[in-house]
Amino acid sequence: MAGKRKQILFSALEPGLGLKKALEHTQTEIIDIIKLSRLRGRGGAGFPTGLKWDLAYSAKAPKKFIVCNADEGEPGTFKDRILLNEHAKKIFEGMAIAGYAVGSQEGIIYLRAEYRYLRPVLVQAIDELRKAHLLGKKILGSDFQFDIDIHLGAGAYVCGEETALIESLEGKRGEARNKPPYPTESGYMGYPTVVNNVETFCYVPYILIEGAAWFQKFGTFESTGSKLFSISGDVKKPGVYELEMGTTVRQVLNLVEASDTKAVQVGGASGICVAEKDFDKPLAFESLPPGGSIIVFNRSRDMLNVLKNFMEFFVEESCGQCTPCREGTFRLLEGVKLMEQGQCSIHYLRVLRELAETMKISSKCGLGQMAPNPFLSIIDNFKGEILARDRVTDSIPL
Amino acid sequence: MKLESQTQNIARAVKRVCDEYHSRREKLLQILEELNELYGYLSEYVMKEVAKNLDMQVSEIYGVATFYSFLNTKPKGKNIIRLCQTVSCELAGKQRIANALENELGIRFGETTPDGMFSLEYTNCIGMCNQGPAMLINDDVYYNLDPEKAVDIVEKYH
Repeated sequence: MAGKRKQILFSALEPGLGLKKALEHTQTEIIDIIKLSRLRGRGGAGFPTGLKWDLAYSAKAPKKFIVCNADEGEPGTFKDRILLNEHAKKIFEGMAIAGYAVGSQEGIIYLRAEYRYLRPVLVQAIDELRKAHLLGKKILGSDFQFDIDIHLGAGAYVCGEETALIESLEGKRGEARNKPPYPTESGYMGYPTVVNNVETFCYVPYILIEGAAWFQKFGTFESTGSKLFSISGDVKKPGVYELEMGTTVRQVLNLVEASDTKAVQVGGASGICVAEKDFDKPLAFESLPPGGSIIVFNRSRDMLNVLKNFMEFFVEESCGQCTPCREGTFRLLEGVKLMEQGQCSIHYLRVLRELAETMKISSKCGLGQMAPNPFLSIIDNFKGEILARDRVTDSIPL
Repeated sequence: MKLESQTQNIARAVKRVCDEYHSRREKLLQILEELNELYGYLSEYVMKEVAKNLDMQVSEIYGVATFYSFLNTKPKGKNIIRLCQTVSCELAGKQRIANALENELGIRFGETTPDGMFSLEYTNCIGMCNQGPAMLINDDVYYNLDPEKAVDIVEKYH
């Protein structure tokens, strides 16, 4: 158990050392190191970071961009808030290394409007890095230049999706784009763009200093390294924990002193709900994808209520661009309300399940593809509790 | 006459903000954020002026303005209270905070006090899940709320 608490991000880092190491390498060497470390995106999707950088590196263009996705909006997630507030320089150093590796001179950090109070912290960190010649022109006396701009969001969950984020950066409605082309080919203003999560960038300087082999030692084969988990709900010690990838749900519950646990939502609203039979599954991309949010429910909680809260969230945050998501989230919420009233037949529930599967394959972006996750997993795990409730009224409330 | 000078002032202010961003299309969100801050909301007139400066359709400006929950197209209170309604805050007792705020301000969620001091809204996860219930008032974040504490905090904005 104790061996599972690995501190990478929360260990001290000498500012600039990772960047200095990076500048001793060629661009492709850095990309190879990141590939070898098997670092995967910490925003939730788990795309291999080295491959993403390689694609952007290989794209031919007069300009390229490095974008940091600080639009942390997934319910139950607050790890990036801690990183932004306390470890901003690590983020920016990771971005500068990415800039050097793919051949970009411009970085943008997209900060969600709800975190506007963190902006002064970021401004100050950027200022100090410029003074220390870790950002700006002639970084560490080399010919490499890189600078970072802060861009504020304006309150839209869907902008955490990378192409919606890019649309928003361009001053448009945050509606996801069709892919391909992927951002690494045509992103911000049509230029090759790397979009990585706040946490992903933070690992980069450590990997440059300690080496890919060191990073690989932690976690599982497919999910290397450690991961920050934001833990909330019915636990004694909520907060952000850095744990090795592959830690099981039960180990997490013990660590945060949760008792009488009925269910755990892994990965926020777009993640899945896990019941006790699966508490020994590891939190890793190949098993339970660890978006970073862990919400714990004890036996006193009504899971239908929880599901209703998630579906209300998706109805509100669906951008409305594509039909499966716009209509689907609405219909699933309507179904939850029927269940609440004891008016959802098992036959109709099957229809809703089909709709949920359709949304998964036909929605345009991750929001609509993931929105059915809590619906399906909560229904499957807690059928006994959710179905056949007392009929509240005979009138159909629709 | 007075009305005319008022609209001229607004037009001048919009132009100044647009100029600051070189009237570039991709800066629209920053321009709208700044004007939203200045006037508390984006009136039809402001949006028309932005469209003129950026050489865009008004409908496109309106489309962007209505997409984001932190941009207002209707007048709002001087202070906007946003109570987090997402799961962790709900588990932590958000409903009691909601009741206390409604009682104290004499309005429901989605409304503005008659004196124009406060608007009361729900918001989705603001990343304070380990310290809920939580709310934002304008850009300030408050957490570990109980009904009395929430009301005391609001009081300070009077």
